Amino acid sequence: MTVRQLSIFLENRVGRLAEITKILGDGGIDILAISIADTADFGILRLLVDDVDKAVSILSEHGVVCRLDAIAVISVEGVPGGLARVLQTIHESGVNVEYMYTVSQTKYPNPLMVIKFSDFEKANKAIQETGLKQLGAEEIF
Amino acid sequence: MPSSLSQKDFLDRTELERLQLERLQRIVHHAYEHSPFYTKAFDAKGLKPEDIRTLSDIVKLPFTQKTDLRDNYPYGLNAVPRSEIVRLHASSGTTGKPIVVSYTKGDLEIWSETAARCFLMGGISNEDIAVIGYGYALFTGGMGAHQGMERAGATVIPMGGGNTEKLCMMIQDLGITTICCTPSYFIHLMEVAERLGIDLRKSTLKHGFFGAEPWTFEMRDRMEAGTGIRAHDIFGLSEIMGPGVAGGCGTRNGPHIFEDHYFPEIVDPETGEPLPPGQEGELVLTTLDKWAMPLLRYRTHDLTALHYDKCPCGRTLVRMEPIRRRCDDMLIVRGVNLFPSQVESLLLSIKGIVPHYEIVVTREGAMDDLEIRVEVTPEVFGDQVSALELLRNGISGKSKGMIGINAKSSLVEPGAIARCDGKTKHVIDKRFK
Repeated sequence: MTVRQLSIFLENRVGRLAEITKILGDGGIDILAISIADTADFGILRLLVDDVDKAVSILSEHGVVCRLDAIAVISVEGVPGGLARVLQTIHESGVNVEYMYTVSQTKYPNPLMVIKFSDFEKANKAIQETGLKQLGAEEIF
Repeated sequence: MPSSLSQKDFLDRTELERLQLERLQRIVHHAYEHSPFYTKAFDAKGLKPEDIRTLSDIVKLPFTQKTDLRDNYPYGLNAVPRSEIVRLHASSGTTGKPIVVSYTKGDLEIWSETAARCFLMGGISNEDIAVIGYGYALFTGGMGAHQGMERAGATVIPMGGGNTEKLCMMIQDLGITTICCTPSYFIHLMEVAERLGIDLRKSTLKHGFFGAEPWTFEMRDRMEAGTGIRAHDIFGLSEIMGPGVAGGCGTRNGPHIFEDHYFPEIVDPETGEPLPPGQEGELVLTTLDKWAMPLLRYRTHDLTALHYDKCPCGRTLVRMEPIRRRCDDMLIVRGVNLFPSQVESLLLSIKGIVPHYEIVVTREGAMDDLEIRVEVTPEVFGDQVSALELLRNGISGKSKGMIGINAKSSLVEPGAIARCDGKTKHVIDKRFK
């Protein structure tokens, strides 16, 4: 039950992020989750969008380098310690979290985390065994 | 027709040298008598055309430098009246006035012939449909390849550079078998085709003739593996004629120079002294029968070596090593000699490909700084910062060991590095501005 995340290479220059989001917006693409990893001279923009195939084709037409990766979207209880419980479970299964961020726009009632695992299959197994709630694209968007 | 053209590649060397001497003596007379520039140069040395009695007497002739072409811009080296000139080309000079080259009708015939011999050597026949992807404006690449392909019998499509998506469509629709362009433009074509979901290996494309900029064996392998074509060398320079001064045969032992028209020598780039066969030095060319603007002992600044032993293909024409570097695109950074080809090897050792790159040299106070800027392509892009940092740090980290200079490295978006005429300008030297 993986969800496809869109990653985009960005040069660190003024206005570039605005240009990319405009390309997506003009193409009718809805952004549901977003995070940026940045260094001094470049960044990686990571996104969950409603129509990922269309987004890739629009970006490619504009010469923007992007790629797709499998990530997990996991439901977190909206109470103190909710996220800690999820991460503890993952930690016990021996899987590393490479990065994570929150979903900002969803029809799902609970808070959702986007998580990239170092070992996806192992993480999937642990999630199923421990009863954590993982969501597919159709449940989120 | 084509077969009789190709036969000229197989002349017995004694016969070839007799022909070369006859033509050399004739062009020396012509240049001395009709080109004010050469009259002056000969007189300054106390040299007469009659002093050229054997081929080895060529060393008595003065060198011609690129600056001579600039200083005598535009017609100062011409040896025929303007009325006999039917075409002008000009170089893509980056500074000041361009270099203008004049051709008579007969010159164009010879140019077409040698370019055609290059294509025939690669296996072109009247069964082929060839698209010309070199620029046509001023630059000799487009017209030169065009005339040569027509002379070789192929069906020719004058596409020019750019409009790559349309080119992809035409390759599929028109049954194009052959492309002539710069290697960097072909790599761009491969990227565009991939983006459009077109598998060029399934197309009718069979041959690529690549020239006008240095390319590596690794680039050749990548182009061949990615598209299923056979990649051939075509070498030339506008000052001498244009594309078709030399061409690669099937054995890949280095391009054959059409030395019945262009006489090659190798000299020490520092002293100008002739070097023996097999030794690397600067290529010097003499046009044996170019009438409008004969060039005697023209210093090309290209570094190569010549091999006179017979090629397994049976051709008696001398072979040159593929040109990887020029004596004038050598950079001296912090006292270290640096060629762009070394940076290509460095990039290749990290990701197995040579992406579009440029070398930027700046000077802060007395200290030179070297930056290698690389375009991030889908092949090297990962979703983690660490992977990209590994690439960037890999380039800087290996630079000291591989090129002798600690370089800074940065990653930029595709298209961020300027291309002109389909060529990437690899060196930006900001120190002396």
